[in-house]
Amino acid sequence: MEQIIANGLYLGAQYALIALGLTLIFALMNVLNFAHGQLYVIGGFVTYTIYGQLGLPYVVALAATAISLALLGGIIEKFLFRPVIRRSSREESTMLLAAGIAFLLDAIILLVFGEKQRGVPKILNGVLNLDFRLIMPYDRILICGLAIFFITAFILYMQYSKTGRALRALAQDRTAAYLMGVDVERYSMIGFALGAMLAGIVGGLLVTITGVNLGMGGPTSIKAFMMVMIGGAGVISGAIAGGLILGMMESVGLSVFSEYGDVTYLVIFATLMVFLAIRPQGLMGKPWG
Amino acid sequence: MGRTGRFLGVGIFLVAVLGLVPWLIEATGRWDFYYTLTSVALLSIASAGVWLTFYIGRINIGQGAYALAGGYVSAILITKYDVSFWLTVPLAGLFCAVLSVFIGLPILRLRGVYFAMVTLVLTEVARLTALALPITNGAKGIASIPLPSAVTVGGITLIPDFAELANVKLAFYYVAVVLMIACYAGLYRLVNSRLGHLCRSLQQNEELAASIGVNVTYLRIVAYAISSFLGGIGGAIFISISQSVYPSSFQVADSINFMLNCFLGGLGYVFGPMLGTLVLYFGWDLLFEAGRFQLLIYASLLIFLMVALPNGLLSLRLPARWRRGG
Repeated sequence: MEQIIANGLYLGAQYALIALGLTLIFALMNVLNFAHGQLYVIGGFVTYTIYGQLGLPYVVALAATAISLALLGGIIEKFLFRPVIRRSSREESTMLLAAGIAFLLDAIILLVFGEKQRGVPKILNGVLNLDFRLIMPYDRILICGLAIFFITAFILYMQYSKTGRALRALAQDRTAAYLMGVDVERYSMIGFALGAMLAGIVGGLLVTITGVNLGMGGPTSIKAFMMVMIGGAGVISGAIAGGLILGMMESVGLSVFSEYGDVTYLVIFATLMVFLAIRPQGLMGKPWG
Repeated sequence: MGRTGRFLGVGIFLVAVLGLVPWLIEATGRWDFYYTLTSVALLSIASAGVWLTFYIGRINIGQGAYALAGGYVSAILITKYDVSFWLTVPLAGLFCAVLSVFIGLPILRLRGVYFAMVTLVLTEVARLTALALPITNGAKGIASIPLPSAVTVGGITLIPDFAELANVKLAFYYVAVVLMIACYAGLYRLVNSRLGHLCRSLQQNEELAASIGVNVTYLRIVAYAISSFLGGIGGAIFISISQSVYPSSFQVADSINFMLNCFLGGLGYVFGPMLGTLVLYFGWDLLFEAGRFQLLIYASLLIFLMVALPNGLLSLRLPARWRRGG
């Protein structure tokens, strides 16, 4: 039992970090970022290159991942999303753009990093063993702690910094923020960069445990969508709740349904449909946000 | 365009797809284009369904689920119960329509991105269900489905047995194209009918429509059921061409492609999804020559098209002076 909860917490912390980025981008620009999973994969590959290939310290690799993904996010927003949002007559058109970017990033990953599964050396050796009831490798504990640290840092940043205040204002009401003198275009770019950075950081964290490969992008995006739906789109607390709930469900499901084969996700999906029928806006979302 | 212009356009289109294309393929010997064009026709039927849900203001990324369901219904009826293929196609459509009513009742209450995300999840549910159910034969799928059999009414053979035909590809091409024409003619009629106007009122403002007495719930369900019906039909014929169906026959990528077809053609135009499917599918096929750069070029073109023409291909207009003449 302790093992299941610990696994759930570990998964949930990673998931919450992915969902935070997606929900931030959605709240700011009303864009459903299909490319989120690909950004996560790129983050994993950047860390793999710097830590695994070049042999630099893990902290340096993680920092470099964060910076490069933030730059990539900023560029995507400035040169692709902004002109399309300005000129398109229906805002859903950005979904085509987002899907196109997902394809493009997939193609770039394929050309630059190849399609092989990549892993890096362990950052910590040893296993925590509490009486054989709870077995957890030290590196997983460290990664889980780092994820929680980043989540806390993100919340504090959004809550107390000037940029965070501007971003929250933008998420609440774009026009009102504009009228209050917030530089809407600049902060949209910062927000997108921040979201991409979070996705990249998770990639950088998880590459040390599960490795990274090209095919992880799409499924990660779908999981992120589910977390955002559980918690409510565009709400920070919702993204964290959604991530933790999905992590727990996956951990519990894998142990409960282990004898029935691969039905965990089917059950999770079915539960989600029923849940959304009762509460369409998710746990903490505003109706039709 | 006036009435004559429209008739002329339809006439040219019919001659082109039913006469000119087979003739050109015969002349050039590119028989593989039959398969490509048949796929385009079938996928554009499913895309037409997605377009209809766009028309009531919902982003539908779940058409793959219904295409897969339609494919499995048809495959199971043919292989296990010996039903004629021609009967299974409408049955597959009906099954999907009924299914979509039950699924649609709760999820059509969602809007915008929420609906989009839940339909995306639905595609994944369909794939996992196909993997888990015993009747769908799990990951092994259903293979070697027989070709469509003959249809005879009172001793007259209306449709010959496909297994005895010299050129099955041509026959499938005609089936797909005729169905596509019927589907788009129906869609055009629907959009320009009273029901179509009501759907447009939903797209603009559901509360306002409801307040003046439009039965919003009923309309949404009807539109979604028609959409799923088209998805089921498209899927059912598709699997009879490939003669096999697997849980991965239609997956998330296909659902996204159905949606992209509509976007690319333009959401404001009935024939948008047809053009979008043609461009996307053919473009992908032609880029096969580019080898490992195929996806890179394809994605770059997609992004370029979107940045250049955010409102779809059909939003390209002829210069004003030509338009007045037509």
